[in-house]
Amino acid sequence: MSPEVYMEEKKEKKGSSSAKASAGAAQYKQHLVKFQSLIALFILCLVIGLLSDKFFTVANGWNVMRQISVNICISVGMTLVVLTAGIDLSVGSILALCGAITAGLLKFGLEFPAIDMFVGFTVLGAILAGMLTGTALGAFNGWTITKFKVPPFVATLAMLTIARGLTMLWTEGFPISNLGETFSYLGTGWFLGIPLPVWISGIIVLVAVIVTKKTRLGRYIYAIGGNESAARLSGININRIKIIVYSIAGALAAIGGLIVTSRLDSAQPNAGISYELDAIAAVVIGGTSLSGGRGTIMGTVLGAIIIGVLNNGLVLLDVSPFWQQVVKGFVILLAVIIDKANAKGE
Amino acid sequence: MLIAENITKRFSGVVALDQVNMELHFGKVTAIIGENGAGKSTLMKILSGVYPDYEGRIVYKGNTVSFSNPREAQESGIAIIHQELNLIPYLSITENIFLGRELETAWGTLDAKAMRQQTEKLLRKLKLEVDPDTLVHELKVGQQQVVEIAKALLLDSEVIIMDEPTSAISESEVEVLFEIINDLRRENKAIVYISHKLDELFKIADRYIVLRDGKTIESGEMAGMTHDRIIQKMVGRGITLMRKTPCCKQKQEVLKVENLCLKHPARPQENLLKNVSFSLGRGEIVGIFGLMGAGRTELLETIFGLHGKQITGRMCVEQQEVHFKSPAYAIKSGIALVPEDRKKDGLVLGLDVKTNICLTTLESMEDMGMLNDSKECNLADKYIEELRIKTSSSAQAAKNLSGGNQQKIVIAKWLATKPKVLLLDEPTRGIDINAKNEIYKLIQALADAGLGIIVVSSELPEILALSDRILVMAEGSLTAELPVDEATEDSILKAAIPKTI
Repeated sequence: MSPEVYMEEKKEKKGSSSAKASAGAAQYKQHLVKFQSLIALFILCLVIGLLSDKFFTVANGWNVMRQISVNICISVGMTLVVLTAGIDLSVGSILALCGAITAGLLKFGLEFPAIDMFVGFTVLGAILAGMLTGTALGAFNGWTITKFKVPPFVATLAMLTIARGLTMLWTEGFPISNLGETFSYLGTGWFLGIPLPVWISGIIVLVAVIVTKKTRLGRYIYAIGGNESAARLSGININRIKIIVYSIAGALAAIGGLIVTSRLDSAQPNAGISYELDAIAAVVIGGTSLSGGRGTIMGTVLGAIIIGVLNNGLVLLDVSPFWQQVVKGFVILLAVIIDKANAKGE
Repeated sequence: MLIAENITKRFSGVVALDQVNMELHFGKVTAIIGENGAGKSTLMKILSGVYPDYEGRIVYKGNTVSFSNPREAQESGIAIIHQELNLIPYLSITENIFLGRELETAWGTLDAKAMRQQTEKLLRKLKLEVDPDTLVHELKVGQQQVVEIAKALLLDSEVIIMDEPTSAISESEVEVLFEIINDLRRENKAIVYISHKLDELFKIADRYIVLRDGKTIESGEMAGMTHDRIIQKMVGRGITLMRKTPCCKQKQEVLKVENLCLKHPARPQENLLKNVSFSLGRGEIVGIFGLMGAGRTELLETIFGLHGKQITGRMCVEQQEVHFKSPAYAIKSGIALVPEDRKKDGLVLGLDVKTNICLTTLESMEDMGMLNDSKECNLADKYIEELRIKTSSSAQAAKNLSGGNQQKIVIAKWLATKPKVLLLDEPTRGIDINAKNEIYKLIQALADAGLGIIVVSSELPEILALSDRILVMAEGSLTAELPVDEATEDSILKAAIPKTI
């Protein structure tokens, strides 16, 4: 071996080992960043626990979990949308509409006076109809976004008012209540010692984690958000993936609507107002980049838990609801500032 | 005179500039010559105050100066015109020129009249005959550049740095620019001219400085220098590209294009591609040369199915007629495209090497609907080894790799689709000479293995070294087809220059 070749090889080795070391350090930092939100959550719990003896009780624990389960449903869908560098502002309205449709069908069925026909709905049928509505509206979002190149912000903002208007039309502005015991089991029941909404959101999270980490769809979502142009040139059908993602977001909002409606045993025409903001907050606190391509489902779950614990703690501590909003806003800001600082260090 | 002495600049441990020395004389045009990554941009960013922390000193008109931000540099008379122009498209010329230094009346409102007058004066001096109220986005790129120069003159800049000013403008605009530079030289300004186009440097520069690997290699008078000597200084040695022995005469046709036309997206009467016909054989490398705007990239994109409905003409892959509605169809038929801008179109920079390599073939990575991690790793590792991609692991983010290695990832992800035809658009743009040679070897090895390859390049030596056959394009048409042993730089260029100007 000539000395030159030898030198080159040596250089290469040295280069790769130092690269490895820096990759190791980066990984270590990544772990630290992951733990950051966990640590924040831990401290948050500790402080609230010290200030209020009602916080660390089993009942309160389930209470918090049940409260956040709706936000988790929506936030998971929102995470997928945001990963593609989109946004979905319509989930709150879709939630209300789907809840109302399920409730209405369950209670009154469908009447077609023109042909003198009446269709009654079982609980399952009404639930499926609600979810189908959510999926369809989500798909409509995806269609306008991909086919007509409407920016996601605008397309879903339009859907926000469309779906809210449809809700008002369907309910005629009044709540639809007394939906029967079977249906209310969905929001208030327990199974194997765990509240049903927690089961539902847990399963959704599990499936979403698998989809994002282990399936082609998940990989394409990250690729589109990371570099849409490169993804298109790789032969990925961008439009199809986006429509799927917005449909999922719609379907998950519908599930959120079912839980809310069932828990209250009533579909409120103004349910879910500003839920999209809580979902976006959870996504952002969870470290998902609003410009797409970077973030995880578990991060969002953590974000949703942080918001839930914060809400719960502030109530327990008798903080006025007005101050609660102020505090929540600052927490969101803080989370994004920390996230930015981390990204800069990389 | 501006003197930079022993300038050293480090980026997190990596030395970008190493004891660089440079002199700029008033009334002279100084060319900074060097390959990508030689340190030209870093040096200019130090001069213009973008990087305030460096070692060494800058002496300007006899005083040592140090700028902590670009504004300070501008105020002392050093202006830089970046390759990507820094203008605001929906503001007028006047508003752009006075941005950040607006004139005000005694009332504290904007003095539109005075600003307009001064702008008029500047534009007249630079021979740009447009209304100062014109919005910048309505101007041609060359005209926008003149606006940038006007901005520099407004500040009475005495040192004007131009970074690749001709990379995006037409021949006739270059002439205008050179006239302006000549005027500025007469006014005793010091001009720094950075360009890859050596011919331009011989036309316009008085002095030169060659940078290589962050060091000053040589400086002196332009007079008496030759192309070859400059290239030698830049590269550190003469370019020795081996010419491939042209492949066997009887080729199995793998791709055939007949009368391909592509409509202009905005002007339907106009065609971006005009009746392009050619064929490509197995194991053949066809080089396509053309100047900016000749339609080279559009041709590759059209073959790859990116322009679905706007095309007419026939295309056959292995004698089968094909119509590609989207890239997915092209990929299925065995066509792969390595795009011109790998960062913008080739890679998802934030994702790791493995994910990028597997992106085109995820379908085959699935087991029961789930991605199989070990299959992905195997594929990635295979190509990392075969193409000698230098990365700490397949889990490294693509953005952390060098340009040459990034390009290899893009090639790898396409080889994974087992293509029959590989389209390469400027495969060695922005990568250093060693990596270039590796890519050349790779391309030839792939052709030897039976792939049909089309290489689009704006570098003549590259085309001549790689191709078996050379196609030349001008204004959307094929203007010449030359076997490589009959082609010379002259004959290629003659065919490439548009006839309508």
